[in-house]
This record gives sequence, C-alpha cells and structure tokens, in this order.
Amino acid sequence: MLRYAIRRVLQLLLVIAVLSVLLFAWLRALPGGPVSALLGDRGTAETRAQLEEALGLDQPIYIQYFNFVGRALSGDFGTSTGVSPGKPAMELFLERFPATMELSLAAIMLALAAAIPLGYMAARRRGGWLDNVGIVGSMIGISIPIFFLAFLLKYLLSIKLGLLPTGGRQSVGIDATRVTGFFVLDGLITREWDAALDSLRHLFLPALALSSIPFAVIFRITRASVLDVMDEDYVRTARSKGLTRRVIRDRHVLRNAMLPVVTTVGLQTGALLSGAVLTETVFAWQGVGQALAIGFERKDFPVLQVVIIAAAMAYVLVNLLVDLSYAVIDPRIRTAQKG
Amino acid sequence: MLQTRVAGRRRIALIGLAGALAVSMSACAESERDSGGEGQTGGQLVFGAAGAPSNFDPFYASDGETFRVTRQIYEGLVGLKPGTSDIKPELATDWDPSEDGKTWTFTLKEGVQFHDGTPFNAEAVCANFERWYNQTGAGATAALSYYWIENFGGFKGDGKPSLYESCTAENETTVKLQLSRFTARFPTMLSQSSFAIQSPTAMEKYQADNVKAQGDSFVFSEYAIENPTGTGPFTFVSYDEANGAIELARNEEYHGEKAKLDKLIFRVIDDETARKQALEAGDIDGYDLPAPADWDSLEEAGFDLMIRKPFNILYLGITQKNNPALQDLKVRQALAHAIDRETLVSSVLPEGAQPANLFYPETVDGYAQDAVNYEYDPAKAKQLLAESGHENANVELWWPTQVTRPYMPNPQGIFGAIQEDLEAAGFTVTPVSKPWAGGYLDQVEVADAQLFLLGWTGDYNSPDNFIGTFFGNPDNQFWTQGSPWGEELARQLEEADSTVDDAERNAKYAEINRKLKAEYLPAIPISHSPPALVVAPEVKGLVASPLTQEEFAPVSVSG
Repeated sequence: MLRYAIRRVLQLLLVIAVLSVLLFAWLRALPGGPVSALLGDRGTAETRAQLEEALGLDQPIYIQYFNFVGRALSGDFGTSTGVSPGKPAMELFLERFPATMELSLAAIMLALAAAIPLGYMAARRRGGWLDNVGIVGSMIGISIPIFFLAFLLKYLLSIKLGLLPTGGRQSVGIDATRVTGFFVLDGLITREWDAALDSLRHLFLPALALSSIPFAVIFRITRASVLDVMDEDYVRTARSKGLTRRVIRDRHVLRNAMLPVVTTVGLQTGALLSGAVLTETVFAWQGVGQALAIGFERKDFPVLQVVIIAAAMAYVLVNLLVDLSYAVIDPRIRTAQKG
Repeated sequence: MLQTRVAGRRRIALIGLAGALAVSMSACAESERDSGGEGQTGGQLVFGAAGAPSNFDPFYASDGETFRVTRQIYEGLVGLKPGTSDIKPELATDWDPSEDGKTWTFTLKEGVQFHDGTPFNAEAVCANFERWYNQTGAGATAALSYYWIENFGGFKGDGKPSLYESCTAENETTVKLQLSRFTARFPTMLSQSSFAIQSPTAMEKYQADNVKAQGDSFVFSEYAIENPTGTGPFTFVSYDEANGAIELARNEEYHGEKAKLDKLIFRVIDDETARKQALEAGDIDGYDLPAPADWDSLEEAGFDLMIRKPFNILYLGITQKNNPALQDLKVRQALAHAIDRETLVSSVLPEGAQPANLFYPETVDGYAQDAVNYEYDPAKAKQLLAESGHENANVELWWPTQVTRPYMPNPQGIFGAIQEDLEAAGFTVTPVSKPWAGGYLDQVEVADAQLFLLGWTGDYNSPDNFIGTFFGNPDNQFWTQGSPWGEELARQLEEADSTVDDAERNAKYAEINRKLKAEYLPAIPISHSPPALVVAPEVKGLVASPLTQEEFAPVSVSG
C-alpha cells in the first residue's frame, strides 16, 4: 500500500514537471506578451526593449525556465504583471483561492441538495413526470453554455427583478472581518450576521449558475445508481422482511447508491474550475478563475503558470485520493498493483 | 401512509429550498447606496473601475485605472481646469521662468498639509523631485517610472541626459527648479498624475522606494500598497482586494473646498457588460468608457451619458520599410485621397467624433489650419497611383483584434471602411489581423507592418506630446529613419520644443504640421473620437475631462 502510494506521488511529480515545461514553452511561444500588455500603445521600441530586459524576457527560454524553477523551489513564483501588477503570483493565488473554493463548494452543495432527492424520486417513479423533468433539466444543464446561463440568471434576477446583486462578493461599505477568506463563513464565525447574509446574497447567483454542471451529472448518476440498487437482492429481501420504506431508502438504497455519487463529486474538480473561469468573469467574482481569464487577456505569465499548475495539481491529487480510497476499500486493486 | 405524506412534503420542501432561499434573500434586497440630498454633503458614490489599480504610488504607475484613484488622493503643483486640457494652479499658486527658460520659480500655497499631518512646503516638493531623480534598479525602468523617462529622461548616475538638474527650497513657500534645457512642455507636463506631490514623512516611514525586481516582475512597497499619503480632497481608507473595492473618505482637513461625499468607492469590474449591468441594477453609480454601441440604450434608460471632448488621434500608420511603393510620396497621397474620413466618422465612430486633418486636436498649440487637407477623391487617388507607376499597388492593411481604445472603439469596423475605400481607389489590399497584445503591437513597433491602425491619447496639452512622441525619434514604427527627411523632422521637432518664445515656437510647430501633411506624410490622420463616461441621474457635479482626469470632490449623490 505504501509503495503504491509513493509510486503514485512520484507519478504526480513527473506530471507536474512535464506540464510546467510544456506550459512555460507554450505561453512564451504565443505571439505578443506581457510587454505589449503593460505598455500598450505607449511603448516605443526602446522602452519595450528595456522592459523586456527588466522582466528577464530577453534571455533564452531555457535560461528563463531554469530561473523559474530555481525560484519556484524556494516558493517564489514571480510577480503578477497584469492581473494585479506587483503582487507575488503565489500570494495572489492564495488570496483568490478561497473565493473560488467558496463558489465551487456552494455550487456543489446546491447541486447535491437538488440532484440527489430528484435523482432518487426520478428512479422511484421511472417514466413519471418528475423523471422526465429531471432528465430534460440535466440535459439542459449539460448542454447550455454556462456563460449564457450566468447572463440569463443575472438578467432575470438582478437586472429585471432587482432581487440579487449583479456581481462582486460583498456590498461595498459593509464592515466585515476577514478570517478564512470564505465570506459567508467569516460572517458566521464573527457573528456579523449582516455581512454573512450580504455575502450569501452575492454568492447565490454565481453558485446557481455554476451548479448547473455538477447538478446534471449528479442527477444522472444518482438516478442510474438508485435504479441499479433497487434491483438488488438485498433490497427485495428487505422489502419482504416488511421494513418500512424509509428504512429501506436510507439504510439500503441510498447508502449503497451514494458511492458512485461521491466519486463523481470528486471528479467534478476540473469541470468546476473551467466553469468558474466564465462564471467569475460574468459576476466580477474575485477568484482564481477570473484571474485566469484576465491573465490570458493581459499575458500575465507568472499568474497563468501558478494557476494552471495549481489547478493541474488539484485535479491530479483528487484523482489520486479517489484511487487510494478505492485501494483502501477494494483489496483487489492493491493485489493487482502488487502483481 | 401518514409517514409517506410527511416524507413527501419534506422532499418537496427540500426541492423548493433553492427557490425559497432566493425569495427570502430578495426580501432583504436593498440598494447599496445611502446618500444625502442633491448638492449637499454626505453619502457615498460607487464607481465601476475597468481594472485593478497597480498600486497607489502614482510615480510608479502609468495606467488610467491607478490614476483614477490617485488623482483623488494627491495633487500636483499644477492642475487642470475642469473640463479642459488647460493648466491651473494647484499646490503652486504661480510660477515664473528665468530669461533662458531653464530656471523656474514656483510659489506654493500656504496652510496645506498632507493627510498624515506633515506640512506641505518647499522642502517637501524638493524631496519629491529628488526621490524621482534618484531612482535606481527596478524603480528606474519604464515599467515603473514610465512618465519620468518620457518627460525628464534619465536618472542620477545612469549616464542618460535628464531634463532635471536640481531643486532648491528658497524658503517655506518658494521652490527653484533648475532644468538642463528649456522645453515648451514645462510646466504643463507637471499636470500629469505621476508628478503628484507625496508626503516625504510617509514615504520614508513606509519605504516608498523599496520596490524590487523579483522573478519576472517587481514588488511594490508598503507605502504604495497600504499607505498612500497626499494632500488631496480624499484620504485612502482601504483596498479590499478579495472584494475588488477601493475605499476613500473625505479629507476633513482639506485646504480647499471639501469633498461633498463621505465616501468614494471604486469597484473593480473587469468585464464591460458586467459594468453596464451593475449600473442598470443600481449596484454602482457610474462607470468609465461605456461601449459606443451602448450609448443610446444607456441614455434611453435615463442615465447621464457624458461625452468628453476628444483629446486623441487615430491614424493610418505607414511603414515604408517593407513596401517600396509606400516610399513614393504620390502613393501615400493616393492613400490619403482614397479614404473617406467623413463617412467613416459618421458611420463607424461614435457621436461627437471628428475627422482629423493633423496629428492632434485643434485645441493644442501650433495647429495649422491651412495645412493641406486631402479631400476624399478616389479619382485623384487613382490618378496619383498611375503617375507613380504603382497601379494596383499591393498593400498589407494591419488591424488589431481583442482591443478597443478610446480613439479606436471599433477596430474591425474602421478596418472594413478603410479597406473598402482603398480597394475602390485601385489598391490591392491584403488584410492582416493580430491580437493587440498577441503580436500586433510587437510587430508594428519594430516596423514590420505596412499600413496599420494605431493612435494616441494625449497626456497633456502640448504638440510635443503628440508629434514629438510619434516622430521625435527616427527609429519608430513608421520607419522615418529610412526616409530622406526622417532625421530632419526629428531635428525640427527638437528645435521647436526648445524655442522659448511662445509665438515663435507655435509658428515652428505650425510649419512642421504643414510639412507633415504636404511633404512627408509618414501616416494619415483619420479621426478624433470622444470617450464617454456614464453616471446615474442622481449623480451631480461630475465634469468630464478630455484627459479622463475627472475629479470627484465636487460630486454629490441625491437620494
């Protein structure tokens, strides 16, 4: 087990190393660069050359890369040139990460709260109206571009009806203490109820838009999984023993049907991050996804490097945890590894 | 059975949770504004910014989003009359040049103090100039000290010529500035945001010069990030990066007329559509640079659209380096006759745009009304091409994607109009489009393009800020160093700028402008476009500035 884990971690390091080389080369192979983004139409040939030198962009790419790796190993990932000029890229990432986590977790929670009961009931009454509504809803969730959905929600609920704010994470002028960077949680911890409620109002729309992705997947997995489990012998046995519906549902059906759902939630990381890029842009949400979008526009290499490598690491780590937990749960996998 | 019904109800409640949550939250929906009555003191204003400020030390900045904030916190020796590009006294009440124009004596306003209580006096002014001149390392690069390099040149000990020589505090309220040569741009150039006077005490305490290159970039000081200290009508309160909000408060000790607002808040909303929606929903009270396509709908919705006087130029650049046909003046004149500027302005550009004849607006000194105006005349263009022996001259026409600029709100539309005109006049046009920061600027700057769309927004009222920037160094995007007149043009510009007598200097600029059109034609002026800003109807007292240097001190929000 330990050897398996070590091997997987080494694989992870190799993936990150290869990715960093490819990413570094790809960003610098794109035409243009941070100098154009910084100086715009104000750059003369002379000032541009001077700035390239100051940023070390005039050196051969392999030297740039080794400098980058050398500094990265000591925790210095360069400083932002476009998203928040002058701020260390890692600091920027760490500051914005809670915003993206808050949004993603809220989206997952909304998706779970809606998809699991719906998926269960759809499976219980297969072919019924709820089943059809759920299937159509999940198809829309999967196929509708999140950018469009975000705009639609904002237009209806914020602009037309004025129910919720159009963007940002908190109303300006609210005096809120920052603890974890999760604004809603901070408000609850510090008992600043106004700030907590205000943050929740800001969080709701973007989380709703972003939840469309996991909702669709979780609904379908739940439905399929419940259908499978309900055909199992032990459910029939439980029924014949005269157990109440509730006990059957909670102890036998849902418990067993939830395993694939848990795995699915873990594997939604990548989809959530790509969805967050668009959602955060539409809702002026100061998270990592927005930093990625602005970073591309302004050719902010250090920020793009940190965000993309961190996102890849998160994705690979989640996969690793899922695999390891399987290995713990299912001895056959461990045996296969040894073979 | 009963149990099932209860469970069913619970399930429905669970499904309805999301909807209920939205409704319950909407019950406490309220506007983010609280405000006083019209024209009276109080309230707060939230203005939508298009990007995050880089830092709050204006000397280390060159972007409008930073200056929008710092202009409210700091003041310069010289300011701008609201709504114009003309200078007015600000921290200096008057100034006098010596006979040779190299020594300037500034008389300072009395009874002024910085936000930290440090008195504003001649020593503080000299401390600022000395700080600027003594920059080293990262602080002496164009990435940080762009405006110093553009206006003053070199720094102490870097071997490059500098306009600045010394600063002497004669007494509390008199400063003598010694320049190395006369320039017509002085003291107007001091109206730029970068040359705001900052508190020497605060700069020392929070190590303002502690800016260091790190990795691919540079890290700002504690002063620049958290403790900006000026003499302006607003003081810095906080920058909540996690929420993208910069908060300023009224300076109760301000030496002039105090700000009407209690609080001024800039909210960063990078996406233009998101800014518009935030205004429509009442989340913000105004924002800058609404897209011209939105102007009508914003006005119809009752918002106050303020169109600035244009202080910019869009030109069709010509690089003669890679296309021999373009080295022939007749071909360049054919281009000028081929473009229908009037129609382009009326069909593609926003309301208030004007066709341009020279490389800067009429309000700037040295404008030559009598310079050649190449009327739209496709027949004449064809004739000139024939005379030059370059019928059907093949030209690449470059235009940028992924950008809008105040002078170029619609690059694709402008390109399309010009392409059509050139083809109608007998040119064979090859379109080349590249992303603005993804190759376009890189290649245009090293003279790789043939014909290209580019422009400039003026920093202050001076001909040198326009044509000096374009043609003052012959190694430029137009490749004027390859023309027989390139060096001569640069020399004439330098000579005009160092002429002390106003009338004589303006006559020289007028003459350069005539030659630029009649004899040189290194590029073709196309248009001046007005950038706009938009505010909610409750916002009163904001005066649009042609240099986008709006002041928020006189602004109030009515309830």
